[in-house]
Amino acid sequence: MRLEARGRVAPGALIGAPFVAIAFTLLVTAALVAWAGAPVGRTYALIFAGGFGSRFAWSETLTRATPLILTGLAAAVAFRARLWNIGAEGQLYAGALAAVAVGGLREGTAAAWPAAVLFPAMLVAAMAAGALLLVVPTLMRTHLRVDEVVTTLLLNFVVLLFVSMMLDGPMKDPAALGWPQSVALRDDLALGKLIDRTRVHTGLVYATGAAFLLAFVMRSTTFGFEVRAAGANPRAAAFAGVPVDRTLFLVAALSGGLAGLAGAIEVAGRTGYVTLDMSPGYGYTGIAIAMLAGLHPVGVVAAALFVAGVLVGADSMSRDLAVPTYIADVIVAVALLSMLVATLFARYRLRLR
Amino acid sequence: MGAEVAGMFANVDFWAAVLRTGTPLVFGTLGVLLCERAGVLNLGIEGIMVAGALAGWLTVYAGGSLWAGVAAAACAGLAFGLLHGLLTVGLALSQHVAGLGITLLATSLSYYAYRVGFPTSTRPPTIVPFAEMTWLPVPVLSAQTPLTLLALVLVPLLALVLARTPLGLAWRMVGENPAAAEGQGLSVLRLRIGAVATGSALMGVGGAFLTLSAFNAFYFNMVNGRGWICIALVVFAGWKPGRALAGALLFAFFDALQLRLSQAGGGVVPYQVYLMLPYLLSILALVAVARHAMAPQALMRPWRRGER
Repeated sequence: MRLEARGRVAPGALIGAPFVAIAFTLLVTAALVAWAGAPVGRTYALIFAGGFGSRFAWSETLTRATPLILTGLAAAVAFRARLWNIGAEGQLYAGALAAVAVGGLREGTAAAWPAAVLFPAMLVAAMAAGALLLVVPTLMRTHLRVDEVVTTLLLNFVVLLFVSMMLDGPMKDPAALGWPQSVALRDDLALGKLIDRTRVHTGLVYATGAAFLLAFVMRSTTFGFEVRAAGANPRAAAFAGVPVDRTLFLVAALSGGLAGLAGAIEVAGRTGYVTLDMSPGYGYTGIAIAMLAGLHPVGVVAAALFVAGVLVGADSMSRDLAVPTYIADVIVAVALLSMLVATLFARYRLRLR
Repeated sequence: MGAEVAGMFANVDFWAAVLRTGTPLVFGTLGVLLCERAGVLNLGIEGIMVAGALAGWLTVYAGGSLWAGVAAAACAGLAFGLLHGLLTVGLALSQHVAGLGITLLATSLSYYAYRVGFPTSTRPPTIVPFAEMTWLPVPVLSAQTPLTLLALVLVPLLALVLARTPLGLAWRMVGENPAAAEGQGLSVLRLRIGAVATGSALMGVGGAFLTLSAFNAFYFNMVNGRGWICIALVVFAGWKPGRALAGALLFAFFDALQLRLSQAGGGVVPYQVYLMLPYLLSILALVAVARHAMAPQALMRPWRRGER
């Protein structure tokens, strides 16, 4: 068995690949739904209706998609440079904590600042916290040759414990009656509603704006070119004069910053404070989203909407049918793996010899 | 507190706890080590351990013997390992991405299957796990289950296979220089997939230790990062089985230590600081060994026949 590069890649094959992958995913999950003893057609109909079928469904999907777009972008930009950032979950929590640390001040000089000053300061603090959590492992990789996969993974656990410590200690909400919850963000720092009478907030604008900005940067700037070059072949890039280590450093700051921003946006747009369960694995799901999108920033928006819709739809479906909500994670996992295979076959053919 | 710590080290229970918490890590670390010596990073371990934990427990719950449960866990690991091998070796896809995909798939499938079988169990159903080998005259070992013994036997066995058998040589060769191996008439494809499948079976058994020995039920999030720790331990061990055992036990030592220190600490230092210690020490250990790390040369490099 060997792979053989196709001489000419048909454009239709690249466009068709995602559809083949989705069809395969639906087929596999249909078998699992049938195994659970539920009607397959109705299950899919309910998932779709729950995710995209009404104004309320769309509003919930958009709300869920907002942090996912940002963590998806964080993974996409890092993976493009072959910087394996698996720590977006921790970076998100660090960003959320930093946001509350700045935006939850009730006394001192900074507390007297107007919202117009404190709000950007809050976002910058969140991005800096997230960035720091990835810059350190990246420097450890470029200078000490420590694999960043392991360090970013392990830091997720450290950060979550740190957040837990803060929620028990200095940042504990005294009014929360023992529930582990941070002090609340100042009311005037909360993000406005994007759609009336829903939970959709202006964080969605920040997230999609970041996606289009990143698409432009990756496509049309020297930095974007250097990122792609460093990822495609670091030795060749270095030989051609690309400062690979510096590029990785900047990518780390950008990727960690985006994940940190996701935390701040969640706090300012949805929760208003930090809890230990504010992210049901947005950092990890972001990796799947980035891969589904083929690491393309605008594709991340579409993939995040798809994944958010499936997650929200499955929640709503499982209230009516005896199909566990974990079917959503199965759909995402199968879609991710089949997408990888489908896009491979658009470029390569398999020779059995 | 110094006297307390000294007393703790003299305590047989402490060392028994170290060996017990270290056992799943030994299985997992050996599994990762085998995959990586053949040149394949397997980030699927976290999910494969979940699948092994469920498959083992489910088999016993359905009336199978404990050893049938272990075999089922190995088969579950093997299946996901074959999938990982097919994707990363057969199709030469990114080992990082495929591995994370396998973790997501194995975890979500396991949770889905458990919830289909047990929709509304507030208290998870239990089984009768492996008994301690109290008949053994060795103090710390007598508090362990046969699975720990199996883990301890597997360490020299894997070292022997890797160092002294033609199969081990072939596995190491496809991990160091697949082109040369192909030139010798070896099938890189078969050897790498075989190593990944076998290694993943070990990871599955590591997961089953949690449900068949350490606890008696299947819980969500019960693997809780143990798989990732194993990835770190293999680097720390310099890809050598003996040192992998030492690393796993060292990690377990700090894990048991932090538990007892946080009990003895009396609330002066937040308990989270103690919980962080094993992770922070792992990162420090990686920094310490990284300069001299002798990773398999072809690790994480997909091999495509005829391509350079």
